[in-house]
Amino acid sequence: MPTSPSEPYDLAVIGAGPAGLAAAVTAAELGLRCALLDAGARPGGQYYRHPAPGLGAAHPERLHHGWSVFAALSDRLAASGVDHLAGHHVWTAEQGEVWRLHATLGPEAADRAVVRARSVLLATGAYERQLPFPGWTLPGVVTAGGAQAMLKAGLVLPGRRIVVAGSGPLLLAAASSLVTAGAAVPAVVEATDYLGYARGARTLATNPAKLLEGANHGAALLRHGVRLRRSSAVVEAHGTDRVTGVTVARLDRDWRPVPGTERRIDCDALAVGHGLLPQIELATELGAETRVTPDGTVALKVDPGQRTSLPGLWAAGETCGVGGADLAVVEGELAARVIAGAPVPAALRRRRERRRAFAELMAAAHRPGPGWTDWLRPDTDVCRCEEVPAARIREAVDELGAGDARTVKLLTRAGMGWCQGRMCGPAVACLAGDPNPRADSRPLACPVPLSQLADPT
Amino acid sequence: MRRTPAALAGAEPGPAHTIEFDGREIPALPGQTIAAALWAEGILAWRTTRVGGCPRGAFCGIGVCFDCLATVNGRPNQRTCLLPAQPGDTVATQEGHGRADLAV
Ligand code: FES
Repeated sequence: MPTSPSEPYDLAVIGAGPAGLAAAVTAAELGLRCALLDAGARPGGQYYRHPAPGLGAAHPERLHHGWSVFAALSDRLAASGVDHLAGHHVWTAEQGEVWRLHATLGPEAADRAVVRARSVLLATGAYERQLPFPGWTLPGVVTAGGAQAMLKAGLVLPGRRIVVAGSGPLLLAAASSLVTAGAAVPAVVEATDYLGYARGARTLATNPAKLLEGANHGAALLRHGVRLRRSSAVVEAHGTDRVTGVTVARLDRDWRPVPGTERRIDCDALAVGHGLLPQIELATELGAETRVTPDGTVALKVDPGQRTSLPGLWAAGETCGVGGADLAVVEGELAARVIAGAPVPAALRRRRERRRAFAELMAAAHRPGPGWTDWLRPDTDVCRCEEVPAARIREAVDELGAGDARTVKLLTRAGMGWCQGRMCGPAVACLAGDPNPRADSRPLACPVPLSQLADPT
Repeated sequence: MRRTPAALAGAEPGPAHTIEFDGREIPALPGQTIAAALWAEGILAWRTTRVGGCPRGAFCGIGVCFDCLATVNGRPNQRTCLLPAQPGDTVATQEGHGRADLAV
């Protein structure tokens, strides 16, 4: 693979999940010379993460919903002539007439690549939003998406009796995978009451596939006797070296735990998450415009052709607001058509509108209530990396006058550790009373060896 | 038949190889990451934190949180949820910032 071909690619797609795959194959089929860069070893992204070949999985589809969509996309990829650059972590993008994407491939100075392209499509997906609670740093507490990812790729579970908690549609999907793979799930604990969906009856009616998906997860859970507790949250995980149980409490409308409703559930693992955060730092670093989604996350602003505010930069899928794999595929295809100058079928546009409307409804229904901070204790670590407890953050806000996440960070080091605030960012902003969620800005989108940084060609 | 992830996926993995974790041999299936091999053995923690000395293991499972760091073949701060286990790898619980050898 030439790392700096004399001719730039017509299109470089970053991320080989549903959106990126759909975009790359569509663009290639329309005649564009296309590169698909992805950090993973195999295409699929987080959603279509699947076992390594050495695991000899004859039925990877049983770990998934909608596997046939992925199978079709990977067949098209194989036939497409797209240069699939696996194991490429893009850490910065340089804007220009011709874009330059810098990727790291490994720890040595020579493990790097620069990919040049006339247009770039950002399909980097999302990662999970976390809200801290006492005990969330215990081994055995894992993210709901992480439990799914480890199951899909490594065929392993974090425990035998796994409580699933948090908010959002991912919980039902994760719980149904975990029980089907042999775990006991004593409860799914969802912070909202689902009433938010009732306000969107029309949107629900135009998205029958989404309803069916929810019903399928629900049926799997019923079959295994999994109990869904609505308007409730895990307010504490217990254990010393690892989780041995959790306390669940009912929440009021603002997500404040209702005193006297606590119940203990024994378990040896907890899978927890509060929806997804678009992973958009490659674009925000360059000043791309963003919007705040109904669940309070920051996503890239795109026009009906999936263009960001930066010339030559497109975005599709979760980077434009979390909406699931179907929407991602639609947006990837739509973006590729616009980039290639091909007509966009009206049906494709309509599908995108309907799915987007559903995504916004879902986001609104699961937006965290402000009362969640009541389940923190003064010694609860909010920043996992730098071990900054809630009391220190409150001190920075109440006594030192910090009014936003950035100032809290400077005063407490919350968000300055290894993960660069990816885990604690939303919680810190909330504790700081920051009214406007802001896009994270990070000069490097992933860790880069200094040797590669010093000589980026 | 007991429900397991491998049974669900109809997996017939190639022969397991071994890696060493804190001086103990543990099996790893071909293609599994180090974190997955540790989970399969019921091991959930392989790092202690810098300030509190608290145990940590894999949290996000996708390379974002950096909780799963370990010293792998002498190299500290490796994200084990991303790193495929190679035959003969030595994995050591990472204490603090993982640079004890540098005495920093
Ligand atoms: S578990 Fe989060 S980076 Fe490995």
